[in-house]
This record gives sequence, structure tokens and C-alpha cells, in this order.
Amino acid sequence: MTKSVLLVGVGGQGTITASKLLTLGLLESGYDVKMNEIHGMSQRGGSVSSDVRYNDTGKVHSPVISLGGADILVSFEEMEALRWCDYVKPEGAIIVSTERIAGLPIMTGRMEYPEGIVDELKKVAKTVLAIDGPAEAEKIGNSRVTNVILLGVIVKYMGLENIDWHKIIRENIKPAFIDLNIKAFELGKTLLDR
Amino acid sequence: MRRLLTGNEAVARGVWEAGAGYAAAYPGTPSTEILENIAMYDKKDITAEWAPNEKVAVESSLGASMAGIRSFVSMKCVGVNASADPWMCMSYSGCNAGMVIAVADEPGQQSSGQTAQDNRTFFKFAKYPFFEPSDSQEAKDMVKEAFRISEASDTAVAVRLTTRVCHSKTIVELEDRQEYEPRNYERNPAKYVPVPGHSPALLEKVMSKADRLREYSENTPFNREEIYDTKIGIICSGVSYCYAKEVFGENASYLKIGFLNPIPMNKIRAFAQKVDKLYIIEETDPIIEDEVRLAGIPCHGKDVLPKTGELLPDVLREKILGVEIPKVDVDRGKILPRPPMLCSGCPHRGFFYELGKLKNVMVSSDIGCYTLAWGEPFHTGDAGICMGSSLSVGHGFKKGMDKKNGNTKVVSVLGDSTFLHTGVQSLMTAVYNNSDTVNVILDNRITAMTGQQENPSSGLTAQGDAAVETDIPALCRALGVKHIVTVNPNDLPAVRTALKEALAREGEGPSVIITRWPCVLKKLSQADKEEFPSLYADKYDIDKDKCIGCKQCLKVGCPAITFNSETKTAEINDDCKGCTVCCQVCPKQAMYIKEARA
Repeated sequence: MTKSVLLVGVGGQGTITASKLLTLGLLESGYDVKMNEIHGMSQRGGSVSSDVRYNDTGKVHSPVISLGGADILVSFEEMEALRWCDYVKPEGAIIVSTERIAGLPIMTGRMEYPEGIVDELKKVAKTVLAIDGPAEAEKIGNSRVTNVILLGVIVKYMGLENIDWHKIIRENIKPAFIDLNIKAFELGKTLLDR
Repeated sequence: MRRLLTGNEAVARGVWEAGAGYAAAYPGTPSTEILENIAMYDKKDITAEWAPNEKVAVESSLGASMAGIRSFVSMKCVGVNASADPWMCMSYSGCNAGMVIAVADEPGQQSSGQTAQDNRTFFKFAKYPFFEPSDSQEAKDMVKEAFRISEASDTAVAVRLTTRVCHSKTIVELEDRQEYEPRNYERNPAKYVPVPGHSPALLEKVMSKADRLREYSENTPFNREEIYDTKIGIICSGVSYCYAKEVFGENASYLKIGFLNPIPMNKIRAFAQKVDKLYIIEETDPIIEDEVRLAGIPCHGKDVLPKTGELLPDVLREKILGVEIPKVDVDRGKILPRPPMLCSGCPHRGFFYELGKLKNVMVSSDIGCYTLAWGEPFHTGDAGICMGSSLSVGHGFKKGMDKKNGNTKVVSVLGDSTFLHTGVQSLMTAVYNNSDTVNVILDNRITAMTGQQENPSSGLTAQGDAAVETDIPALCRALGVKHIVTVNPNDLPAVRTALKEALAREGEGPSVIITRWPCVLKKLSQADKEEFPSLYADKYDIDKDKCIGCKQCLKVGCPAITFNSETKTAEINDDCKGCTVCCQVCPKQAMYIKEARA
């Protein structure tokens, strides 16, 4: 059966790195994998998304996730979770890092960052987990590992612990940051139980 | 070895595995990464070049093919328009060693915009056979097969990609590079010089090629049936095949079309007879559908499916199966737009801030990061039609204004790479036909919008070798421009003066302002470091006691500046690159250096 993981955020937040590690792990386990990303203007502060789809027994057809088709939506930014919420299955999960990144209308002072987003998300999916990603990351020493914390959450929720993720991290992360990222990954795995 | 590759990476791999020795391209989303990936292979195997534009890329590639080396070109959808001239004549001449051209269309216009043109229409018009892969494995396989067909049929062969194929990663089986024995070059003007004495015979040859290719089209495994349930039959091409399989699975039968022009009509007729109801699913235009209808085969296609945009699984479910798309009941007022914007430290910011203050000026813009300045907060960009168009649209606008005795002035803006793409001739007409236009070349030392590609004025080649730089001021002088000034765009008074002086001139023909400062994302070369020693030196912050909350600094539209509605003061975040544009607009000099460069 094909499973779908949707990662969203704002350009520069590391969504691509997280989805890359995820796909590499899935590939090594012999699953069929497809990943799609829209990143045309991502470096210029736009909304970015990355669809990861995998199947342990058969083939993945569409690289794009359908509306109401994601088992899990992982958002690296608060408002982006709401922008993409139509894609989550009602029985699925939304993991949102509550980091707020102002878009142009907010920066110019024309609009204010909306409140109450997490409450809106609770209307959408059975499981909603809001975490302060950068703060969690800071606890283990580096705010930039939010993406690997979120990878840990995905692995736990999707039941992918049989894959050797430490090996994937060791092979794809710069040596100086391997231990930090493994710590971040392990932390992510515990967050759903809080 | 199995690897997860994007379609673009897979095309590059296919070019390399096919033993090709020459590749050229101009960057353009979603095709850019193809040449970037080819450039990573050993230079001894393959030469990869950024051409100044797509026309040059196609012509250079033809030259390499004539010399006997397998050659390749890639481009975005509108690149076909810029290179239509050689495409058309080359279909008559054919080539020598295999030549393949990959074109990346954008049916959903997700990232690049401009047009959603379906270049399969062009391939038919220009008489090219083409392949249409649905995933990365096919992209690689089809590129290699395209080289073979190119040589077997003496014609360049196109490969039509779409954004989802280019940017989706799927599993690819890697193979070794085939060693290619270069072909001999034999002088043959009757083939390559399409004068009236040669052309009719060449056209005859094109037509007889089409007959042979028809046989190939009927027999190639790239046009294949998959028979399951026969109540619904689906003819599909490209990524539409993946979408159809996602929705219908084994509840339908498929005829997947991977090779076209000519169309395998016998195969289609046989398939149509096996199924009760026939659908044709293709992005974007009804290319296959029109031919099937012409052949008198009943089918559904654009009568039920949308004529624009992508035919994603959700679209097929709704339009063919009548399944309603689930919409969640949430407060959508909380979802604010997030338009792309100029980066913090972008050297275009200072220039557009000053330009936006001018009244009664028509701003003729172009294709690049600076296109974004049409919107909030600068509102500078009345037009931006296609590559290089700014200077010629501006020229014509001024001529039109003069004709009706209007007094609107013209400032035309384009980047260094866009100027060298097709802007040079536009400036030439402004000089030759004498218009009082202000022509601005935003020289950020790189091709920025597509993600930092070198160009003829940046000093390096696609494969990282030192290159002779096109001297832009000298080029403008050679065209005959009398007034040329180079300014630092972060220096607002200098920008203001340059614009004011240029706009004040009457009857002296076009002038040029060059803003020279590297893109904030550019990996700086030694030459950059020497030329711009004060580059992005310090990080700034705002003294809350001095800030009066006037929001003037927010008008520069910088991602590093936000307004704190509780303290009623502006704040600068860690993203500050020290361009100092905000410091120059603050009436209270509230900015101070938080962190000086060591």
C-alpha cells in the first residue's frame, strides 16, 4: 500500500534535506519511492512543499499527493500547516513546528501574523502535535537541526524504525554534525509520546 | 546500481551514458539542473557549456553533431521560441552524430510562469520526432534511445519533459557509459545549406523519414498496451500515465504513448477496439486526441478534462469519476499570501526603492529576480514579456509616446544575463533608431533567478574554468551609447543622481545605467572579493529608543526587517546582510552595527 508524507515550509528551512534523508532510507529498504518538490522561487521566501510517497510491496504511481491523501503532514512553519491542511487524511496526523516566518504582507506592516492556527488544525486531523522546533533543537545545542527532529517524528509515526536511520544520517551528514543529528533524530522519536 | 534521481538528473545521466561529448543550454526553470548535472561529469567525456541564449545553444550543438560528436541541448518551454529559427531549418538538414534536445514544459506554471505552451505542437509543426517520459528511469532510457533514433533517421530528436518529471525523484538503474566512436565529417552543402536548389529535396527527405518513423512508432516498446479491465481504456503520455494509474489502477486498460510524431495509429485503433469507453489523458493540448478524432475513433478528452493546468489524480477523479474533492472546514482567513520576494541583501533592492519613488515613468522590466519588483512594495514593472524584451518594449513605448506628444518617460531594466541573452540587439535598436530611453543593466555578476549559473560576463564557464569576461560597459559603448554610468545599487544617493541625470537628458539618445554588485547568494570568486572589499560586511540592528515606528524601513521590503506591533518599533533579524539600504531610509538613523565583520 502506498503511504504519503507531505513536508511543507518556507524556502531555506531545510524541508528538502529532511525529505532527502527520508527517501534515502526508504530506498535502501527496497521500497519503491517517489518524491516531488516544488522549489522554483524557494530561495526567495516562498512556500515550499515536498511530497514523499513509498510502497513496501508494490509500485508508487503518482509522485504527487492527492487532497486528503497524506498520512502525515509535517510543517516547518505554523501558517504553512494550515495552507496545506487539505492534503491530510482525516485519520492522519499533522506535526507542526510553531516557528513563525512573516511573509511580505506582514513585513510591510499591512497584516498581522494570524493567531489560533493550531486550534484550526485540530479540526482537520485526528492527531495534531505542535512543537517549538527551533527551541527543541536549541536544547540539544543547535537550532538548525529542527529538520532531523521532524524526521524522527515521521519515522516513529509511520512505523519505519526497522530502517537503520543512524546509518543514513552518518552517510549523508557532514562528519562534524553526525552526533548532533543522531541526537536530534532520537529526540524526534520521543515527541509523539509527550 | 539503483539511485533516486530527479528527471533532470536522469536526463543528464542518459546523455553521459549515451557517450555524448557536447552539451549546451541557457538556464531556465524547470530545465536548469540538466546542464548543471552534465557539467559534473568528467570534462574529458563531455563538454558542457552555458550559451548566452537557446538559439546559440541549438546552433552550437548542431555544429558539434556535424563534427561527428553526439550532442545535446536542454531548455525551458519558452526557450523553444527563442531558438525556433535553427529548429525549423535543422529539421530539413538533419544532423550527423546523434543530436537530442530536451524541452521542459510547465503545464501548471508552478515556478517559472511565463507560458504553459505545449511544445509538442511545435515539434509537430517543425517536424521532429519526440519522446515523452513519465518518470526518471524512462527519461534516461528515452534520451539514450533518442540518440539512436537520431542517427538512424538523420534528424535531431526531442524529449518533452514537464515540471513533475523534471523535479520528481524516482528510482533509476544506472549503467556504464557507452564508448562512442565519433563519426567522420564530410562536407555536404546540399544537406546543410538550404538554398532553393537544395531545400525541396531536403523536404522530400523529411517526408520519407516520417514514413520510416511511423513504422518505428508502431513497433517501439515505448508505445505499449497494458490490458486489465476493458470497460475503460486510457491513452496517455508523460506523467499523465502515472496519474491515471494512481486513480484507475487495474480498473482500466492503458495505451501508454512514449514516442510520437508520427502517431502509432494502428496501435491506437487496435486498442480502441478492445475497450468500451476511450479516454485520452495528456498535458496540455489535445495533440494525441485531435489525431484520434480525425481518424474517426470515438473518444473523450478535452470535452471532459480541463484545457489548462495539470491533470493531477484529483482532477481525473473529479472529472472522470465524478468524485467530489474533500475540502476541510477551517478559517482560511488565517492563511496569508506568501509571495516570493527579493532576498535580504539583494543588490536590486536599493535601485528599485529609488526607482519606485519616481513619478510619470513607465518601467519596462524583463525576466529575472527583478521581475518581482512589479509588486509590493516597489511597484516598478509595467511590463515583462520575455527575455531581453525590456529594452525594445521601452524603446517602442517611448516612440509611441513621442508620436502622441506624451511626456511619460521610460526606464527599462534587465539583468546582466538577460542583457546578454537577447537584450543587446534591443539596446542596438534604441541607439540606431534613437530613443531617449534610460536603460538599466542590473549586473549582479551571475544568472541569479535560476540558482547561480555562470554567464559570459561572470568570468567562469559551466565547468568552472576561467573565461574571458564580456565587458558590458565596453559593449554598450561599441553599440554607440553616449552616456554610460556604473553605480553601486546600495548607495541610494548615487542611484538617485544617476536616474535623475539620465531622465533629464533630452534628444541625446538612450543612456545606460549599470548597477554593479554581486548577488547576495553568489559564491564569491577571488575577483569579486578584490573588486567588492566591503561586501556584506556588517550585521545591523535597530535602537528601539531611536525608532519612532514610522515604518519607512519596511518600505524597502527586506525579509530581515519586521515590525513589532507590541513595542511599535521595527526590528532587524539575524538574516541581515549589511547592505545598509534600510539605514539610508531611516529618518532617525536608528540602525547601528550589531556585529562588525572581523
